[in-house]
Amino acid sequence: MTLLAERPVRETAPAVPKRRRRPVLAYVLIAPTVLTTAYLLLYPLVRNVIISLQEFGLPQLVRGDAKFVGLANYAKVLSDPEFWGVVRRTLLFTAINVVLIMVLSTLVALLLVRLGKGLRLLVMGGLVLTWATPIIAATTVFQWLFQSRLGVVNWALVALGFEEYRDYTWFADGEATFGILVTLIVWQSIPFAALSLYAAMITVPQELYEAARIDGAGAWRVFTTITFPMLRAMFGLITCLEVIWVVKAFVQIWVISQGGPGQATTTLPVYAFQVAQSLQRYDLGAAVSMLMVVLLVLALLAYFRQLYRQEREA
Amino acid sequence: MIGRISRTTAALLIFAVSVFPVYWMVLTAFKPTKDIQSATPTFLPIPITFDHFGTAIAAKGFFSFWRNSLLVAGGAVVLALVVALLAAFAIARLRWKGRRAFVLMVFVAQMTPWEALLIPIYVIARDTGMLDTLWILTLVYFMMTLPFTIVTLRGFLAAIPVDLEEAAQVDGCTRGQAFRKVVFPLLAPGLLATSLFGFITAWNEFAFANVLIIKDQDDRTLPVWLSSFNNTFGTDWGATMAASTLFMLPVLLIFIVLQGRVTTGIVGGAVKG
Repeated sequence: MTLLAERPVRETAPAVPKRRRRPVLAYVLIAPTVLTTAYLLLYPLVRNVIISLQEFGLPQLVRGDAKFVGLANYAKVLSDPEFWGVVRRTLLFTAINVVLIMVLSTLVALLLVRLGKGLRLLVMGGLVLTWATPIIAATTVFQWLFQSRLGVVNWALVALGFEEYRDYTWFADGEATFGILVTLIVWQSIPFAALSLYAAMITVPQELYEAARIDGAGAWRVFTTITFPMLRAMFGLITCLEVIWVVKAFVQIWVISQGGPGQATTTLPVYAFQVAQSLQRYDLGAAVSMLMVVLLVLALLAYFRQLYRQEREA
Repeated sequence: MIGRISRTTAALLIFAVSVFPVYWMVLTAFKPTKDIQSATPTFLPIPITFDHFGTAIAAKGFFSFWRNSLLVAGGAVVLALVVALLAAFAIARLRWKGRRAFVLMVFVAQMTPWEALLIPIYVIARDTGMLDTLWILTLVYFMMTLPFTIVTLRGFLAAIPVDLEEAAQVDGCTRGQAFRKVVFPLLAPGLLATSLFGFITAWNEFAFANVLIIKDQDDRTLPVWLSSFNNTFGTDWGATMAASTLFMLPVLLIFIVLQGRVTTGIVGGAVKG
């Protein structure tokens, strides 16, 4: 669904001079949007900054007399080795997911270009079905697939001769849970990336490929000399989006493992929520989430740069 | 030849991997419990049973969760449509100072990391007495879908030629009438598509529903209920999968409805006629 949203509609050239100068009307029309955004988006964000600068625990939540403590919360968070462990884990989690998503999606897209119509529609149908699967439904199903005694994954592994997976409890082991979450997120993310890349690939003029093939270029060379350079901006755009989405992935992790076992799957958004929810240190949680926002803003700036470049190239 | 065979194999493999989890969900939902618990799983729903759907529907609060989800998602979409339509019109049709900045704001708002706003929104909801009400969820989902709705509606609106409106105004329509009688009908498919996409976002949302509705369990929405299936169904995987299937059903229907529905091609015909 984001496919529609992420790609801004370019200004159609002839429409611009037709726009009429009616500033007052325009301001009246955008007023509801501006007010809504101010109250429901900007205010919570500002409030988050304020909470992160206060001493804000359960007593302050109830009584509402929080004191400002300056940057104490940030100092506390940043000097906590646990926080840096979470940051490292978040970066690792993001790197593994995004690399897998981009590589596999590129392969799927390249395959789609080369398939006949029937098979292509079949694969695209499968991808759209995956795309349409709500996160919560997919998360529930994955718990069932990897269930220890009756799960189909363990059954298949045992049938293939891996006897050690009989009744194996995936969710008791940190690395196994981490692996399942990666599988789940990659599985859910491929449809968007693969279908967007496919849509971009079919815009590359066929003659270029033919010329390359006549010159005797193999598939890998064609990809590195034609497909990738032509679609560099598109690849950049999708990579940025995937980075943003993976960093802030919360629901899958929270529902499957709540960040556990131990801390094995605690990434930044999960950590921020844990600190606020379980320890009732809303101040520290707010500080962690602000640090996450800073991280995301970096990715976002890269995204807007790619968007701008894409707009210019297209 | 070898190339084609390996491509076909790869295609079928991708199809299998993308479809299997959903297939397994639906299959489990229709399997008798003794088949679900057998040591060797069956891969076809024979014999078929509807018992699990019965269990899911009979679960305590099922209908109120369903109604809550509908109310919240529906309310958010209607609010977003009305507010976004106004803004989209201003962007697509009018010239004013600050237009670029406004468009940029919408794009930035669309990328909001909502996960980072769980804490302040919880605190705000608590302060304003909206905690544990469906109102706060409706408002949050409204804001979540608003930027997307503006961007897409602006796209659909930009695709409708201004000439049409002007022609109507020449024929004696007021500006409002021209919009209502000419633009609005052409915009209807776009409105439908956009609202359905917004509906899916709100329907699926879990994180805020999980945090903002705590005391009164009857006010929960479907995703939160589904995530706590362990409390509801214990180890009854048949019922859990039936509940997941029922939850996914509206989303799937929307995807099917939207299949090829988002066309703006009709507009060309309208100008010629």
